[in-house]
Amino acid sequence: MPAPMGTPRARIPTGVKAGDVIEIRTLITHPMETGQRRDAAGAVIPRDIIRSFAARFDGEEVFRMELHAAVSANPFIAFPFRADRSGRFEFVWTNDAGESARLAADLRVG
Amino acid sequence: MPSRRDLLAGAAALAASGALRAASQERLSEAELLRFAPLGQVTLLHLSDLHGQLAPMHLREAAVNRGVGPAGAQPPFLAGESFRAWFGIPAETPFAHAVSAEDFDRLARRYGRMGGLDRIATLVAAIRAERHGRTLLLDGGDTWQGGWLALASGGEAILAAMALIAPDAMTGHWEFTYGADRMRALVAEAERRGTRFLAGNVQEREWNDDVFPALHLFERGGVGVAVIGQAYPYTPIANPARLIPDWTMGVQADRLAARVAAARAAGAEAVVLLSHNGVALDRALAERVDGIDVILSGHTHDCTPAPLRVGRTLIAASGAHGKFLTRIDLAVAGGRVVEHRHALIPVFAEAIRPDPVVAAAVAAARAPHAALLDTVVAVTESTLWRRGTLNGTWDDLICAALMAETGAEIAFSPGFRWGTALPAGSPVTMEAVFEQTAITYPNVWRRAMTGAAIKEMLEDVADNLFHADPFYQQGGDMVRAGGLGFLLDPEAPRGRRIDGLTLLASGAPLEAGRGYAVAGWASVGEAAAGPPAWEPLAAHLRRLGTVRIAANTAIRLR
Amino acid sequence: MIALTAATAMLSVLPARAEEALRPRTRAAVQGIVGDRTVREGGITLRLPAIAENGNSVPLAISVDSPMTESDHVTAVHVLADANPLAEVATFRFTPACGRAEASTRIRLGETQDLVAIAELSDGSVRLARQEVKVTIGGCGG
Repeated sequence: MPAPMGTPRARIPTGVKAGDVIEIRTLITHPMETGQRRDAAGAVIPRDIIRSFAARFDGEEVFRMELHAAVSANPFIAFPFRADRSGRFEFVWTNDAGESARLAADLRVG
Repeated sequence: MPSRRDLLAGAAALAASGALRAASQERLSEAELLRFAPLGQVTLLHLSDLHGQLAPMHLREAAVNRGVGPAGAQPPFLAGESFRAWFGIPAETPFAHAVSAEDFDRLARRYGRMGGLDRIATLVAAIRAERHGRTLLLDGGDTWQGGWLALASGGEAILAAMALIAPDAMTGHWEFTYGADRMRALVAEAERRGTRFLAGNVQEREWNDDVFPALHLFERGGVGVAVIGQAYPYTPIANPARLIPDWTMGVQADRLAARVAAARAAGAEAVVLLSHNGVALDRALAERVDGIDVILSGHTHDCTPAPLRVGRTLIAASGAHGKFLTRIDLAVAGGRVVEHRHALIPVFAEAIRPDPVVAAAVAAARAPHAALLDTVVAVTESTLWRRGTLNGTWDDLICAALMAETGAEIAFSPGFRWGTALPAGSPVTMEAVFEQTAITYPNVWRRAMTGAAIKEMLEDVADNLFHADPFYQQGGDMVRAGGLGFLLDPEAPRGRRIDGLTLLASGAPLEAGRGYAVAGWASVGEAAAGPPAWEPLAAHLRRLGTVRIAANTAIRLR
Repeated sequence: MIALTAATAMLSVLPARAEEALRPRTRAAVQGIVGDRTVREGGITLRLPAIAENGNSVPLAISVDSPMTESDHVTAVHVLADANPLAEVATFRFTPACGRAEASTRIRLGETQDLVAIAELSDGSVRLARQEVKVTIGGCGG
């Protein structure tokens, strides 16, 4: 059974002016089990990772990341975004089993 | 060998600095040490790596200080005669004794002890009086650790003593080994007393946010001077990460470049990096990051009798344990440094009047511990020193003590650069014992290691010291070993630097598959359960009564 | 910038370490991404600590010089680890809305090794960067 999709969090800068290129930072709690480890009985612990991350802004995909087992537990992902207008981000993390965690966050451009 | 141009530049810088008055073998006076023709609007004063050393002491510089490749033929990788030749310092002079291990005991008798916070206070006060409103006193860190007073007070005793000379800013390394919570409290206390703690390369692990302010824009002599702090980037590797589990560090050249640009944009006309990188890494960093006028370089305990230059960046280092104070005057025009004058002032304790307030405060801080610290555990007939690329006699004693304590066949002691020296004929007090061992993770460990694991460990440490790229160098000395012989080739590639590993007890080559009983202290990984290292060291010294120890010939450099 | 074939670029990206070839598995992965396109030197930065504090969490950042316009932008950056159990580490996919072509994350490295980043641009060109990360078993600095 896959690990539960953990708590997603995001940090969106404030005080943003139109045209600024800002950095969006995200975190989610997840073990990112590599499939390389063995348990105490010597059995391989099956791989269970977050496989993809997608960021949409007002419904349009702006950034995506494909993750492999080498990404650390509790993945941290930071990426840039050119802030032309206020709007809503939606972030989606998806695991090997196809389960997703979602988080929405507003960007306010002054 | 240095070029003639280098020699002339070095000699000219020294002559300008008054402290060195030609080839005289006379002792210097306080007035001569302070002689300096002031220049420009700003005076930077730098001391670094005090390591809790409040009282005057002897400190023997490295007799061998190896580097690799072309960098190994220039400062900081020079020692003794080659160091003096590079900077044009005549033999036998006071300055020669201050920078070189040559004929150490004889010249130590002639020129006396060095350092002492009360003497430094006198120099700082004189320069501040002369350069009122123009002076910045900057402390490069490794200040609050070292010796018993620092450890027993959790750093507070040293912080309080330093507050009497009021550094404007500091950065850190061993300060972090008090643990994150204690360190935050110490930093808050230092700031309350007027010293800003600056470290632009320390971030918390979750969101990468800065833990400390990176820089402060000072105004001195009508000039905006940005001071950017750079803590020792490899603290979580060279010291236990468990003490600061939520913080991450690193060199972070790109982040530094952005901070330099931000400082200029904020109006800084001079940019100073208060660095605990070490001189070799600072040289490499100056090649990568533009716009830094002066790097005040700590960590490697090097001193620069004349500043090194990389492009337009000056690099100055001020030794350790309060042995030197660097003064750099800067003339600033049109938003940039246009001229400078530099002196590395050797703090000859017998030449300088102690500041009475600081002397009294240091004595009062020491008084409750005096009975312990003054306890004599042995007398040494040999010089005891720590510094050098390979084993010094202090660490040979520590390794012997660990083997005696635990019954191990082999012992290791970290390649720490701090720790004072004792000339032959000196009593060995508990104070001296603590000066070699007082850290927050002093415990002795003992475990079985295979010959292969021992070789891998030695190779790993050697690569941290002798990697061809300074960004991969951690800047200590080679791990000290007892019961073991080997040949170290710094120029060899990773994994092939250590050769001829021999167990000294049997004279037999180390076997890759055999397990050996190994002892050590100062575990960077898991906390160890044994006694603090000063206990076996003191017990070993008491057993010896009289210390006679020859320089280690079992561990050699190619 | 100097245009190079993929094989030449591998050797010339870090001249000081040119003699140290990547493992065949990594070379094949690079070849799989690059295909028959032209690899250009420069214009891409792979930022990792020279010495990792903790092999379980090594900060990694990539950035590529690009105006990030509709007609000229970075579409993807692939990161490979030469000596991990699997070479593939992550792929970042960008759009012009990003404004800059950069991203950061944290990765696992089992041992000292080289990392490779390969950027794909909208004009069909490919850029490559390489950096060594030391995963040390403990220092004795100080």
